[in-house]
Amino acid sequence: MKIIGKAHVYGDNIDTDRIIPGKYTKTLDMQSLAEHVLEDLDPEFSKKVQQGDIVVAGENFGCGSSREQAPLALKTAGVSLIIAKSFARIFFRNAINIGLPIIEVKDYNIQLEDTVEVDLITGKVEVNGNTYFGTKMPDVMVDILNENGLVNYLSKHKQYNL
Amino acid sequence: MGQTIVEKIVSTHAGKCVHAGDLTVVDVDFLMASDTTAPLAINAFKNMGGQRIFDPTKMALVIDHASPAPNQRIASLHDLMREFANEQGIKLYDVGDGICHQLMIENRHARPGQLVLGADSHTCTYGAIGTFSTGVGSTDLAGAMLTGRTWLKVPETILIKINGSLPKGVSAKDLVLHVVGIIGIQGATYDAIEYTGTTMEDLSLDSRMTIASMSIEMGAKAGFIHTKGLSLPYEFEHVLPDSDATYKQIIDIDASTVTSQVAVPHSPDNVVSIENLNEIIIHQAFIGSCTNGRLEDLHAAAEILKDKRVHPNVRLIIAPASRKVFLDALQDGTVETLTKAGATFLPSGCGPCVGTHLGIPGNNEVIVSSTNRNFLGRMGNRNSDIYLGSPAFVAAAALRGKITNPQKLLEGVCGS
Repeated sequence: MKIIGKAHVYGDNIDTDRIIPGKYTKTLDMQSLAEHVLEDLDPEFSKKVQQGDIVVAGENFGCGSSREQAPLALKTAGVSLIIAKSFARIFFRNAINIGLPIIEVKDYNIQLEDTVEVDLITGKVEVNGNTYFGTKMPDVMVDILNENGLVNYLSKHKQYNL
Repeated sequence: MGQTIVEKIVSTHAGKCVHAGDLTVVDVDFLMASDTTAPLAINAFKNMGGQRIFDPTKMALVIDHASPAPNQRIASLHDLMREFANEQGIKLYDVGDGICHQLMIENRHARPGQLVLGADSHTCTYGAIGTFSTGVGSTDLAGAMLTGRTWLKVPETILIKINGSLPKGVSAKDLVLHVVGIIGIQGATYDAIEYTGTTMEDLSLDSRMTIASMSIEMGAKAGFIHTKGLSLPYEFEHVLPDSDATYKQIIDIDASTVTSQVAVPHSPDNVVSIENLNEIIIHQAFIGSCTNGRLEDLHAAAEILKDKRVHPNVRLIIAPASRKVFLDALQDGTVETLTKAGATFLPSGCGPCVGTHLGIPGNNEVIVSSTNRNFLGRMGNRNSDIYLGSPAFVAAAALRGKITNPQKLLEGVCGS
């Protein structure tokens, strides 16, 4: 499964309050989440993001709250993949559980608007002629992602298979 | 091979002996979701084909994050929760009952040695009583509602040994901010933390909850306070590691050297000693949250504000952690002391801490808060600065209208 998209690049420790502020999280309207995604970090993001774009960040992306609205807001806004040097634990699970691909790449040189190509099976990341490799996820997470999230995974398997 | 606390609890819930690094499926003892996370969890549960939750006696829903409902949209979400709870026979805590984490311990839903999932990051609070409790998202919770189980990787553990007496005016909040400052906001990601030592043995349940709650501010999956010295209103078996357990890291702290600590904007690990802070003018002071909204916290504020008056340019707002906390503070005169000093009491809930309602800062305002996060925009306005500290720190700043060392105030050096 290959993803090709344009990069939006941010720094370390992007917390869930900056991904989607708490005041917007109490809703089941995913579109309203997307309208405010990354609002306190980059107020222009929701206007400039295009379907298929990739968010690239530094260490500890998604730290803070357990709000699944954070990956949901990014996914609904059109983000196809998040690359970070590391992810906060709950955000990592949430993203996979809602079927938003994410990949941990320890070291990279990616600039704003770069076109990034990622092979989710091999973890290979190609940008500007450079190649990086992402950290392998546990098999259960790969399986959940292959089902496009935990809802489909459990609908099908009825239990967790490690 | 000896086991840490988390290795022991996961082993009993996996039905096999596990150690750090193992992946396993575990049975869960209790599940919790709030009005931020329950609506999505209920939808996910139904979309998984869920009809009945695995055991309705093992789940509670809590309306606390936007409580009472600030608008029609949220009122509808609350209704959805009430309907689901009613249809499933699940316990629902409604408006004013309290903050989810306080209720989970007060009402004995979380107990020592159990494994609990909550769809809220501060679920790690129950480590205060030796519960392995961890925050998950809505869909993970839905999976546990359906199956009664979840999967996890057994974390490594960082052991923090704290010995000595805390100086007067220095509280558990100062201690945990000091620890967050040392470990950093991602320093314990994927790890568990255990706290031990003579300082911890002497701490009240309220203080233990303050410390355990902020484990997530270091990225930790769980934070256990060794239960030695803990008293609960029921019999329980102590939750302690084996003496030969393996730790990833051991940190020693001398409590007697800890001063009043403040997390300055915009991260809870930007921790400084108050002695290194200027007397910054403040506009709003908030005491509350799962981290510091308990009786002990209100007492600490009342000690500073008794027979005094909050600075005229400061709004002091207080949200007790539960109806029980409020009632206890009402009965012992603390509510009267604080109200006479100019405090405004809010219904029990999370509103100001999480920026939902009941205390959104104005532009360019400075807030002092006893809560757990000061991320940019956390309280609902990105054009404001949040300083986190102990309830005594918040009360001292409210009194003088500027950041003030509560230790000096208690010694009578600063006056009022």
